[in-house]
Amino acid sequence: MKFLGYKAVRLLILLIVVAAISFIMIEISPINPVRAYLGEMAGSAEQLAKLGEYWGVNVPLQDKVIGWLKDICQLNLGTSLIYRIPVSQVIMEKFTASFILMMTSWLISGVIGFVLGILAGAKRGTWVDKIIKTYCYILQSSPAFWIALIVMMVFSVWLKWFPIGLAVPVGVMASQVTFWEWLHRLILPAFTLSIVGISGIALYTRDRLINIENSDFFLFARARGENKWSLILRHGVRNVLLPAITLQFLNFSELFGGAVLVEQVFAYPGIGQATIEAGLRSDVPLLLGIVLISTIFVFIGNTLADISYKYIDPRIRSEQDE
Amino acid sequence: MDNDLLRVENVSISFTQYLQGLEQHILKVISDLTLSVKEGEVVAILGSSGSGKSLLAHAILGILPENAICDGTISYMGNVMSQEDKERLRGKEICLIPQSVNYLDPLMKVSEQAIGDVPKEEKEQAFKHQREVFAKYGLGEEVDGMYPFELSGGMARKVLLSTALLSNPNLVVADEPTPGLDVQSVEETINDIKKLAADGKGVLLITHEIDVALKTADRIAIFYSGYVIEINDVDNFRNYENLLHPYSKSLMEALPKNGFKLTEGVQPLEDIDGCVYHENCPLRTDKCLKVKPELIEYDGAMIRCHNYNKEVE
Repeated sequence: MKFLGYKAVRLLILLIVVAAISFIMIEISPINPVRAYLGEMAGSAEQLAKLGEYWGVNVPLQDKVIGWLKDICQLNLGTSLIYRIPVSQVIMEKFTASFILMMTSWLISGVIGFVLGILAGAKRGTWVDKIIKTYCYILQSSPAFWIALIVMMVFSVWLKWFPIGLAVPVGVMASQVTFWEWLHRLILPAFTLSIVGISGIALYTRDRLINIENSDFFLFARARGENKWSLILRHGVRNVLLPAITLQFLNFSELFGGAVLVEQVFAYPGIGQATIEAGLRSDVPLLLGIVLISTIFVFIGNTLADISYKYIDPRIRSEQDE
Repeated sequence: MDNDLLRVENVSISFTQYLQGLEQHILKVISDLTLSVKEGEVVAILGSSGSGKSLLAHAILGILPENAICDGTISYMGNVMSQEDKERLRGKEICLIPQSVNYLDPLMKVSEQAIGDVPKEEKEQAFKHQREVFAKYGLGEEVDGMYPFELSGGMARKVLLSTALLSNPNLVVADEPTPGLDVQSVEETINDIKKLAADGKGVLLITHEIDVALKTADRIAIFYSGYVIEINDVDNFRNYENLLHPYSKSLMEALPKNGFKLTEGVQPLEDIDGCVYHENCPLRTDKCLKVKPELIEYDGAMIRCHNYNKEVE
């Protein structure tokens, strides 16, 4: 409990710092709320000044920062300039869509990656190992959006199994989408994110397993007559699992980055797409809101990694008890 | 020699190393090693640490690394063991007592790893048996549920010993069982090993501690630069004038209680022409520089030295 308390305090400090820094960075950037509001429309000098006053363009920087932080404390993230609804509402909606996408691929890539890593490590040097390794190296070195494009080309354009994009069929209200329609559109982006995520965890698991196979305790277990698969399952998996889970939690940040690109390619209306929209169209409140929510997301990932470590590893568990 | 439990004949173990580029280099760690262990006998291999003695233990158990090349024959109860035989016998009739707590899985409870991988329905029986053996070596019930990091040094040693002895083996290979232990634990280990021999088991003790070898073994094999240069009864080591090889003699003379007489020189790291000891040998002849002596029987002992070969000729 003490541990969670510490973590909460650290999250709070982190959020304040991230919020302040990103706010100041946007302030320094040439983004101007008046221009963003008007878009391509022209306005007279008088109108511009009026709008400027409305948006508070001329308020001193420190007042802006403090005012914004105050609003955040009241959970008020402002109103999105693009969507014309509160930012929290936009984020909630977009993030739910992304969260499902990210969690699905996180789970799939984690499980498959781990299994492949164990297989490759156990069959080191054989063709099984070589195939898995080659696969991982190829994926590791190709950008996520490129894989997304290829996946889309193969499954949507050639095979026509899945729609080319969008979470909603054309002409249907978002609120009326059936579960199956939605799932149908989730598969390709989730699939892409999964296969991209596999390589890291698989290569890591393989490497760890090989290390363990060379360890003294593995040797002694062999000397006691345990057979190969018993060794791998009893001693190998047990010792690799913990760091692998930790790594997978730490991958939350990469997952987020991957999701932004993949969502863009598949036009999946998640947080990633909203980020790009907000950036391109100078929607400052939304952009800042997303920065905060992604900070929390990555922080939670890291905290879960720590907790899983504590829960599974008897060495750390008993230190806690003392 | 029919009652030999273990017979190691002309075993050489080497590794292929890659130097710059693809240039290969064969690194010989153990050369032409011959020795035997009878039932109820403790044979010690005494050599400096890091000289590759452990590899002999690994060769006997068939757990050498894949890139190791092992020549020669290892027979158990008169039959030459193939890799399959070793896999069948290890953990059952031939057991290893490892060096340290590092040889236990850090994330598995002691009792769980001691019994090994047994089917669910036999588990209860296996745990019961494990408890009996652990109790025999003075390990309380609380030890069963401990993880290796919770064991004290003395406890770890007992756990390793009793884990190795769970299957009641005929041959025990103890690989440096006493490093870094306190005097009392070393004493206990020595007694435990002697007890094993008294029970009729054969023990191959691999160690770099002269004292432990002298107190425990019936016969001692001196390991020098990859070669066994002399195997002699422990009594002859106590009265070291009876030793044959000049190195064995100077080794014993170097002990504090025997006068602390140090001999200059180091063991060659690589195999050299002629006798491995010729660089430091006071008795060397021209022959020693060119021709490698064979390990021969002499007066009930085994010796690898031209000075004794001459008398045979």
